[in-house]
Amino acid sequence: MNGLLSVVRRLGRAVIDGVWRLGFATRFFGLLLLYSGQSLRRVHLTIREVYFSGVLSLLIIIVSGLFVGMVLGLQGYETLQRFGSGDALGVLVALSLTRELGPVVAALLFASRAGSAVTAEIGLMKATEQLKAMDMMAVNPIARVVAPRFWGGVISMPLLAALFSAMGVFGGWLIGVVLIGVDEGAFWSQMQAAVDFRFDVVNGVIKSVVFGAAVALIAVFEGYDCTPTAEGVSRAITRTVVSSALAILALDFVLTSFMFRGQS
Amino acid sequence: MSSESSATLVQLQDVRFAYGERVILRGIDLDIPRGKVVAIMGGSGCGKTTLLRLIGGQLRASGGIVNVAGQNLARLSTRELYALRRRMGMLFQFGALFTDMSVFDNVAFPLREHTDLPPELIRDLVLMKLNAVGLRGAATLKPAELSGGMARRVALARAIALDPMLIMYDEPFAGLDPISLGVIGQLIRRLNDALGASTIMVTHDILESLQIVDYVYFISEGRIVAHGTPDEIRASADPFVQQFIHAEADGPVPFHYPAEPFAPSLLGPGAA
Ligand SMILES: Nc1ncnc2c1ncn2[C@@H]1O[C@H](COP(=O)(O)OP(=O)(O)OP(=O)(O)O)[C@@H](O)[C@H]1O
Ligand SMILES: [Mg+2]
Repeated sequence: MNGLLSVVRRLGRAVIDGVWRLGFATRFFGLLLLYSGQSLRRVHLTIREVYFSGVLSLLIIIVSGLFVGMVLGLQGYETLQRFGSGDALGVLVALSLTRELGPVVAALLFASRAGSAVTAEIGLMKATEQLKAMDMMAVNPIARVVAPRFWGGVISMPLLAALFSAMGVFGGWLIGVVLIGVDEGAFWSQMQAAVDFRFDVVNGVIKSVVFGAAVALIAVFEGYDCTPTAEGVSRAITRTVVSSALAILALDFVLTSFMFRGQS
Repeated sequence: MSSESSATLVQLQDVRFAYGERVILRGIDLDIPRGKVVAIMGGSGCGKTTLLRLIGGQLRASGGIVNVAGQNLARLSTRELYALRRRMGMLFQFGALFTDMSVFDNVAFPLREHTDLPPELIRDLVLMKLNAVGLRGAATLKPAELSGGMARRVALARAIALDPMLIMYDEPFAGLDPISLGVIGQLIRRLNDALGASTIMVTHDILESLQIVDYVYFISEGRIVAHGTPDEIRASADPFVQQFIHAEADGPVPFHYPAEPFAPSLLGPGAA
């Protein structure tokens, strides 16, 4: 009886904690939006964060994009070839990248490269009382530290996803056309004909913006909310990477089911 | 309630505070007159940092009134609180320098955030503040390249960057060698008088502080247990004050954090 009671009690506590944290996160997001105007007016703050989360992620995005494209080239050709449509390789590569792999894989990489760094930075600032000191100097930490990092992520993410897709197409071309010898004209012209700007490209961009906002929000929130100790910061970083990955994949399913339901 | 121009800048009336269940302050009454340097002393963990946070409005008292410059902190909106904090400077116990900025940028931070001064003027002001703490030559260093005492002096320069009306120092002497200690002590006094500011100083360094302060409060177990001018304190027969001045382990100030008796816990749960 006592054992059961303690289980119920623990369950209740976990639920209350969860609800409380959700409320806290919502309030945090509200404040973030409220103070965004203030911080976006000081553009250099956000540009600095675009540099830290965007520019410094360039290398990993370019290299990964290239490899993913090359794998697509190999696998895609191998499969298409069986149905005698190796010429459609360009279509396959471009569609998989713009619709799915570009936004999703770039967002996953972005979460582990830039999201974790943002969480660590904000968490350490909290642990060393820098946020409190800022608050005491009448500078709002959400406006000065959190909002620029959030918008830096939201701006960088679609650009990185686009770059990832472009590198992927290049990788597919490298394998398909240069190495395997698919007809170059067919590769590009079929791609041009089959990829619709509004339907494929814009939807991909929308996805990457949504993922960028989700990852950036999770990263700044986990940092801001962490327990201000070394252990607390390391846990927060882990949570950022894990929750971002789950959020990206779940959001991808939801968005895809709205965007590509039954068409084409 | 005291008005904006009254002689008392900070007034605490029966202020109570608890972290969750743990009661830290049980009714503090304390006045900080304008233009004076006031020291707050007490054993480690007695709630001195907490008291400064209450005066800065970062924590809310669970009872009583905290009045700063005639305004009841509990009634202020965030905007009003920020307006008030612009006129306060606080030296944090552990410095809390911004680690991604150089020493210069740390001190320039409040100036850049709150004023539209041209860069040359900011530069001159920052170098003046750094010169005052003897670290003009360290302007380009990063906080990671400073020693603990140097970091504390930079934090001090940052706390006074905006020439505040109320300066709060949380243990300004910790980690300083005897020479810097004397210099910083004199600096705190001179800054207070030159800026026409009021100063609250939390410290353990009773002998050094008795030379520079105008008034001393002793806290123990959440209450003010003794207070007076330095002369009164030196002459005091209060056992608490005596223990503090002569650094005795036994006396009214407990050295131990509250705990159950030690012997039974050493002998194991069954032995009690
Ligand atoms: N965030 C917190 N949560 C819970 N308890 C806290 C917290 N911060 C401080 N305390 C407790 O409050 C008490 C007073 O802490 P405070 O930092 O004000 O002490 P202090 O007088 O500044 O001590 P010291 O001289 O060592 O700096 C301590 O006993 C501490 O255990
Ligand atoms: Mg303290």
